[in-house]
Amino acid sequence: MTTEVKTKVIGKSVWRNEDPRLLTGMAQFVDDIELPGMLHAAFYRSDYAHARIKSIDVSAARARPGVVAVYTAEDFGDYWHVGPLQVPPPLAIKGAQFNARPLVPIAKDKVRYSGEPLAVVLAESRYIAEDALADIYADLEPLPAVTDMEKALEPGAPLVHDDLGTNLAADVYQQVGDYEAAKAKADVVIARRFFKDRCAGGAMENRGIVCAWDEKAQKMTVWCGTQAPIPMRNAIAKNLGLSEDQVRLVIPFIGGGFGPKVMTSMPDDVLLPWLSRKLNRPIKWIEDRRENFLATTSERDQIHYAEIALTKDGKILGVKDVFYHNTGAYDPYGMTVPLNTQTHTLGQYDVPNFYTQIKMVFTNKMVVTPVRGAGRNYGVFVMERLMDLAAKELKMDPVEIRMKNLIQPHQLPYKTGIIGQDFVENVLDSGDYPASLKKAVEMIGYEKFVKEEQPRLRAEGKWVGIGVVNFVEGTAVGPYEGARVTVGNNGKVVVLTGCSTQGQAHFTTFAQLVAEQLGVDVKDVHVTTGDTDQFHWGAGTFASRGITVAGSAVYAAATKVRAKALSLASKLLETPEEELELADGVVRVADLPSKFIPLGELAMKANPTRGTIEPGVEPGLEATAYYAPPHGATGYGTNAIILEVDKETFDVKIRRFVFVHDCGTVVNPMVAEAQIHGGVQMGIGTAFFEQLVYDDNGQLLNASFQDYLMPKATDMPMKMELGHLSVPSPLNPLGLKGLGEAGAIPPPAAYAQAIENAIHDVDFEILDMPLNPSRLYELVKAARKK
Amino acid sequence: MKPAAFEYYAPVSVEEALDLLDQLGYDGKILAGGQSLIPAMNFRMAQPHALVDLNRVKELFYIKSAPDGSLLIGAMTRDVTVEFDKMVAERLPVVTETMPLVGYYQNRTRGTYGGNLAHADPTGQLPTISVALGARAHIRSKTGERWVEMDDFYLGPFTTILEPQEMLVEVAYPALPPRSAASFKEFTRQVGATPMVGVAVLVTLDDKNRFKNAKIAYLGVGEKPYAATECVKVLLGQEATAEAIRAAAETAAQKDVDPGTDIHGTADYRRNLVNVLTRKALTQAVQSAKK
Repeated sequence: MTTEVKTKVIGKSVWRNEDPRLLTGMAQFVDDIELPGMLHAAFYRSDYAHARIKSIDVSAARARPGVVAVYTAEDFGDYWHVGPLQVPPPLAIKGAQFNARPLVPIAKDKVRYSGEPLAVVLAESRYIAEDALADIYADLEPLPAVTDMEKALEPGAPLVHDDLGTNLAADVYQQVGDYEAAKAKADVVIARRFFKDRCAGGAMENRGIVCAWDEKAQKMTVWCGTQAPIPMRNAIAKNLGLSEDQVRLVIPFIGGGFGPKVMTSMPDDVLLPWLSRKLNRPIKWIEDRRENFLATTSERDQIHYAEIALTKDGKILGVKDVFYHNTGAYDPYGMTVPLNTQTHTLGQYDVPNFYTQIKMVFTNKMVVTPVRGAGRNYGVFVMERLMDLAAKELKMDPVEIRMKNLIQPHQLPYKTGIIGQDFVENVLDSGDYPASLKKAVEMIGYEKFVKEEQPRLRAEGKWVGIGVVNFVEGTAVGPYEGARVTVGNNGKVVVLTGCSTQGQAHFTTFAQLVAEQLGVDVKDVHVTTGDTDQFHWGAGTFASRGITVAGSAVYAAATKVRAKALSLASKLLETPEEELELADGVVRVADLPSKFIPLGELAMKANPTRGTIEPGVEPGLEATAYYAPPHGATGYGTNAIILEVDKETFDVKIRRFVFVHDCGTVVNPMVAEAQIHGGVQMGIGTAFFEQLVYDDNGQLLNASFQDYLMPKATDMPMKMELGHLSVPSPLNPLGLKGLGEAGAIPPPAAYAQAIENAIHDVDFEILDMPLNPSRLYELVKAARKK
Repeated sequence: MKPAAFEYYAPVSVEEALDLLDQLGYDGKILAGGQSLIPAMNFRMAQPHALVDLNRVKELFYIKSAPDGSLLIGAMTRDVTVEFDKMVAERLPVVTETMPLVGYYQNRTRGTYGGNLAHADPTGQLPTISVALGARAHIRSKTGERWVEMDDFYLGPFTTILEPQEMLVEVAYPALPPRSAASFKEFTRQVGATPMVGVAVLVTLDDKNRFKNAKIAYLGVGEKPYAATECVKVLLGQEATAEAIRAAAETAAQKDVDPGTDIHGTADYRRNLVNVLTRKALTQAVQSAKK
């Protein structure tokens, strides 16, 4: 299938506008910013996960030469405040219970997770600031920590928030149909407990911020790596009691976001701008990797008690899933992550009866907010595992049982009846799910593998297995994004939006959308994605929404500019608009290319310095536009893999890796493929490498890349076999859907199926993730003993 | 992640360096390639009062043959130099083959051979190989020098018999007897990552292909390179068959090692790795020794 939009630049693998600067080391990152008189901040953090603060002695630190100030919660006085809650709970879900306990900027009275800040040092250099941390003495009375989600809800468990009287952060159920009635009619019911542990966001560049108060201008300038520039500016203005225009947020290049950088209420966000104003000095803070592991927000851990009810011929009658979601010590991001789990559990399957319940739990672990995949992958893992268990029970082929239960193209748009992270009912808007599964099965050669290759390899004594799993990816949620497109007098085009980039190639893909409309070279379109003094409307880059939501706004603004250019050129060239075209940076008569006017000249004429302009026409070749989707656009795909398990070491090698996806119209195939590659790397990480391991005292045991295994190039498939489908979304003019998180979603489910399939001579089940060779060895050993 | 303040000295001769170490005593710390020390300082896990940087001490950079046939490697020789050295490849192919497993190429361009040995990482490949090969450490101080068997060099994790005023200046590998060969095998989760278990073996066969001598050393199963004894007893005098090797590997896993459980693997899984890797290493060494 191909895209229906006839395009010149959209759909081309244009080289990235940002790369020359990045590859020659000329890109500016937060840590590159140096200001005269700048102070350096360092946080003193709790070693305990749960403790009462008796006293903090910072006198020695304050006395150290080069230290300018040391602040504890007490020293912030009235400025110390809780929150705000960044994402409220959806009111649309009836009976939803939610206990808001947003972040506190710096611990007061009590510490709730290991790494929570207790004091902040400001010194003339980062060296001195770190020296001063050793001077601080915090008298902490350790309290019993709670890390296990189920134990946290038992009576008498230590309380993370004493005033709440419980560790229950939220209890929400949603249902469609009547699961219990469906179960009563079922031939087969399979129930299991699943556990999936948490992983880090792990961006290459850690968090960082530089803030500078200008006393004379009464203005705060902040440089930071946020995924949400406008909300961050608004939060800082509110915190400081300033009007929004007194705060300017500038986003330099960012070395990856992956979710945690969408936060706007972290200690540095809240405390450092206030301190810069108070001390009237610029302040820089660059997070250490260790701090990032301990105290920046991370992925989630969930326990699922899930069951599936089927007829004996493999038709699903219903699914029930009651799951615990560990939100850590606070819940600043509301219920976004577990809601994503709820909306993605059923994936591509037509399930008439569904009961899903969240029990969100406070523990003494690091705070959980969205990380690429953001809960979607957990729902997909549980559902795909249930399908595999059902196939095994019914002696069906895993592909066959999936094909049998897919939602058919004619059923789309398909209302799921489940409220999602954007507070509206989740709708599967477009696609062809059977085509995706068929394509993946064909690409990997499923039939041939199962009938010919696998028997041969098994005869050679090899453990080689295949896994085929499906997923959906809810993307491109609201509320909205906006953009302003301006043609300059030099004929170059400037695009402004509040949707920042962390490496997703906004400078190129947004430029392509504009070049398509205005007939200019992509290189002549300059995109600024985060400078609140230039454009100050928008929500940010998250939930795979950049190209769809902001891109649609950019495209709409460019369309308006095109109309203005045609209208003006028509008058100047004395030719009807229909006979004009925009190409090569000019507006020209299509049949007489020598009759033209350059866009730059047109821009000048649209903004005369004397004379008059036509009433009702806004000056300049400039337009602003917004796009607000009614609900998210849902991407989907199929992951098919062949793995080999070493019979002695239980290490796993990837032999084939097929990934079929549909993100609607593709703006830049090279960029889209790179997004899949990056996502897949995180997916493989959460299947077989990455895991934040906490002990019972809430101590993170692997807070460095020595022990936290990030998948490397050598852990990736030798070849990524990507299959593209392109069913345009009906929700926006270009038919776009997001894909940023797709790659991260299905690999754990695919790994589980393929590994079970490989180790065919042992009867065992993979119910927990992530795996590693040792766990696999122990699973097989236990099964053999039975 | 900035180091605490420290003094810095950059001597140009061994003599000058030894003088400095003598003056500084426990306050002094040698900086070789800095691939382990510098990160430890950035984490403030190490806060030496003074660094004695040996990178300008030219006399410590060499690989040469001694009159008795042993191979001498100067402490500051870069790991990459050893990796691509022809004499090393000829005489100690096990070192050449193992070098690519030591960190990453970039680390090896700065990392030094002596620094690696003296760092005493319990998961280090070179210390374990050196124990298996019966290497000797040449240690000097302002007041004297001594030679120590690598077997006796290590005391525990990141701890050696080196006194603060002493410096490892050279390591000597004795020439292998006829019909001898060495082999190293390890298991890592990722290329270049810390190995979970590794084994270095040196075997000598007699003219009837019986094990005349064997040395088997492990990394990752204890606090320092661990030379096994029980599995060697199983081998000596036996014909070098697959069965004999299998029995020795089983013995190593069950009787010699006592690994622990950590976040990367259970004790039992590590025993399994000891078994598998010992078998593979012995098999390869025997094949080479027969040639």
